[in-house]
Amino acid sequence: MRAAAVLLALAAAPPVLEGLDAGFWVVTLSRALIFAIAAMALQFVLGRGGLVCFGFAAFMGIGAYAVGVAYANGVEDALVAFPLAMLAAGGFAALTGLAALRTRGVHFIMITLAFGQMAYFAVTALSAYGGDDGMTLWTRSTLGGFGWIEGRWPLYYACLGAAAATWALLRALGASRFGRVIDGARQNPGRMAALGFDVRRAQLAAYALSGALGGLAGALLANHAEYVSPAYMSWHRSGELIVMVVLGGAASLGGAGFGALVVVALEEVLAGWTQHWRIAMGLIVLAVALFARDGLAGTLTGALARLRR
Amino acid sequence: MTAMKSLALAAGLCAATAAQAETLDIGMLLTLSGPPAALGQHIRNGFELALAEKGGKLGGFDVNLIVVDDELKPDVAVGKAKALVERDGADIVVGTVFSNVMMAVFKPVIEAGVVLVSPNAGPAPLAGKGCHPHYFNTAWQNDSNHEVLGQHAANQGYKRIILMAPNYQAGKDAMAGVKRYFNGEVVDEIFTQLGQLDFSAELARIAAAKPDAVYAFMPGGMGVNLVRQYDQAGVGLPFLSAFTVDETTLPATKDAALGLYGGTQWTRDLDNPINAAFVKGYEAAYGAAPSLYASQGYDTALILDAALTAAGGAEADALSAALKAVAIPTTRGDFRFGANNFPVQDYYLAQAVKQGDAYVMRKVATIFEDHADAYAAACKM
Amino acid sequence: MSLTLLAVQALNGLQLGLLLFLIAAGLTLVFGVMDFINLAHGAQYMTGAYLAVFFYGHTGHFGAALALALLAALALGLVLEALVWRRLYDRPHLDQVLATFGVILILTEGARALFGPSPLSLPRPEILSGAVPLMAGLNYPVWRLAIIAAGLAAALGLWLMVARTRLGMQVRAGADDAAMIGALGVDVARLFRAVFGLGAMLAGFAGVMAAPVLAVEPDMGDGVLILAFVVIVIGGVGSIRGAFIAALMVGLVDTLGRSLSTDVARLFLSPAAANDAGPAVASMLVYVLMAAVLFARPQGLFPARAG
Repeated sequence: MRAAAVLLALAAAPPVLEGLDAGFWVVTLSRALIFAIAAMALQFVLGRGGLVCFGFAAFMGIGAYAVGVAYANGVEDALVAFPLAMLAAGGFAALTGLAALRTRGVHFIMITLAFGQMAYFAVTALSAYGGDDGMTLWTRSTLGGFGWIEGRWPLYYACLGAAAATWALLRALGASRFGRVIDGARQNPGRMAALGFDVRRAQLAAYALSGALGGLAGALLANHAEYVSPAYMSWHRSGELIVMVVLGGAASLGGAGFGALVVVALEEVLAGWTQHWRIAMGLIVLAVALFARDGLAGTLTGALARLRR
Repeated sequence: MTAMKSLALAAGLCAATAAQAETLDIGMLLTLSGPPAALGQHIRNGFELALAEKGGKLGGFDVNLIVVDDELKPDVAVGKAKALVERDGADIVVGTVFSNVMMAVFKPVIEAGVVLVSPNAGPAPLAGKGCHPHYFNTAWQNDSNHEVLGQHAANQGYKRIILMAPNYQAGKDAMAGVKRYFNGEVVDEIFTQLGQLDFSAELARIAAAKPDAVYAFMPGGMGVNLVRQYDQAGVGLPFLSAFTVDETTLPATKDAALGLYGGTQWTRDLDNPINAAFVKGYEAAYGAAPSLYASQGYDTALILDAALTAAGGAEADALSAALKAVAIPTTRGDFRFGANNFPVQDYYLAQAVKQGDAYVMRKVATIFEDHADAYAAACKM
Repeated sequence: MSLTLLAVQALNGLQLGLLLFLIAAGLTLVFGVMDFINLAHGAQYMTGAYLAVFFYGHTGHFGAALALALLAALALGLVLEALVWRRLYDRPHLDQVLATFGVILILTEGARALFGPSPLSLPRPEILSGAVPLMAGLNYPVWRLAIIAAGLAAALGLWLMVARTRLGMQVRAGADDAAMIGALGVDVARLFRAVFGLGAMLAGFAGVMAAPVLAVEPDMGDGVLILAFVVIVIGGVGSIRGAFIAALMVGLVDTLGRSLSTDVARLFLSPAAANDAGPAVASMLVYVLMAAVLFARPQGLFPARAG
């Protein structure tokens, strides 16, 4: 019910914003939705699975570069480029997950960071695709030759659709048996294994799926910016993604998405006020960390529940 | 008859007053945070100094300068460039400092039909195959300042040199520029990590190879570290550089940089009245010695002023035609654009010296005269 | 590569390693004893450097600047502990990550607002600003030798403290099981404060020592933070000895790797490809090392906790 309301509000946003002469906010919202996809995917392994991945930006970057490399080689069709992006990112997640999932806790954090860094340095070295300078995409991905996301609104609705689909998929998975196995693996892997579940395989599947969705976000980001660069994969971006998830509320899917929207919107608003907006951002992040234990979404739903009583 | 006449008169008056009150929105997209922020700051200072000297007007228009920080993040910059042209309605965009950001914002600005003038970054693709009638560069093409050192090394008869640059596109372009004019042996090409701060390993390698000279391209904080460590290590070889030793890094490196060489299209001691006034005005306004970046910002304002006056507005095709035809005196002497909208100008060898309490770059020799960049032929405009 | 060049690279690697140790020591103690992920530790290193620049500007004397900077870094560390960190000890790691990330933003942007974005410099003290000839044509800066000496002295001091003092015993026990020593009557709050203060001071000290060599700028803590985490993961969380060995390993691998990688790559690839591959591999080496160690010994080389 709540989800439907949010979807409706987001769908109505572009005409409303246009009417308020704030039509440019549609571009910012598109970007927020892209990061919401990534944040929700990260929440699935981090909040749900208890696996704090510090290399998630690499999945986004790989997805973005899949689109970029395809473009550079003449392939513009979204029906090829987007699945390619998801496959490449998901494959990278599966491969690195094989190694990373043998560890736990802070070691898992550091191994995922290491893999993220390796992807970053590898892509920076690819001078054929611009290296550190990155690559411009002169047109966005097409659909059967038709420029389906060339305009501001079409791209927004594509991002919204992808975000809604991601949310629905992860929600359904989370409610399924698979989701319960992931929960159990987070809470007590030993018991799950004793009960006969292949914990490692379930976690790997979740990790790979999460990576693939990160790749989807990356493919959309490449189209949004019409540009790809290794900076998409830096560990700072991975850190920012974690902040988005935790700020919004690591316990819920919607919380993570909300966190992404808040962070992207906040950056835009604060930067318009002062050059030193990071201090304000840091204070907000700190306040949420100290006083809003369930993240912003958790605190808001709690407050709403109390109001209703 | 009288009604028509008064209507026409009224319309004419309206038009006249509208033209007088017209404001021009100029978007300025520069790197104003992070280690290389000094470059963006100097460019901004130079531009704003010229603007202030002209009473806040360029080409007769009141200028509303919208300054935006690209944070050296290309995808952030893309969003900000789009905001400038779509939300803020910028009539002209001046930017950027770094080439990777330049490549990222080129498309959104040009596709919005807005003239893009770069006061610094001059990547090869935009000088050659990717050139565009609405894109101009008032500083240099990236390779040119490096070519200066290659030529100088050849002039000095150096037989063996070592090149050092960070491992990114601009670093590779830098080495290509040096090699284009150097005719001896490049003993080694050392690529360092972007953002690397400790050069002890590289310096040891250089000392062991014993070349005739060292060439380094190390912008921003990297250059400050390199120069200091080079001095401490006592390597003692001629140090040739571009974008590494200049008035943005000299306040930090101080004595360590004395005697080191740089390639440039401007020094403070270039003898012309505009430059003398610029240096004096800059030091009075900002309390620091101007760098080549500051001069570029200043010259960009002068060039835009001349072009806007000639074109009568910022409409892209008219302004571009006017810019192409610009031939005015600037801080570096007479300025003109080449066929690919990049400058054709003299380049100098400069050296870091101490003047009183200040550390500045002093011109040592003229290396190129009326030098066009290496990519102009590839531009089919 | 000649033997003398190798010796110089080894010294450089040693210097980098000891600088990393100073930073990682505080980090591993905080993580080991308090189970607290402090992402802002790199910012504390940065703060030490800026404090030294600030005090040098007012006193004109390096020694005074160093002493004042250390005191101020300690004070800042204790203030942060009282205001922020104390509330996070019982919280899950993710909350700590979020909070310390916020503190990084505040400290970094605060430094930028107060001191400007351009790199600043700190002059070395006169007596330590020369160079000694180590090989024909290369003078090794005395200051770098001073960093090595200071790092070794700090390592020795830490070892003595941990192995021989009561506080050290509490730290070792706390790294093993903090709840237990609390139950045994140790003032855990005071212990935590001491560990945090010590960590902040060590990081600040590293910042002051590094400032004459590296550029002092707001983002200087970033790269160092990641390397410090790599060090403590390789060495084993909570172990000073592990941090020491791991820091030296990381310093040597990184330095030697950077100088050799392109040469090695040229043995297999074309010069153009080697120029691309060499530096990329060099950047990755430290992470490959960490991944290898984690593969073989997931708890690190010298884990403080049993099992």
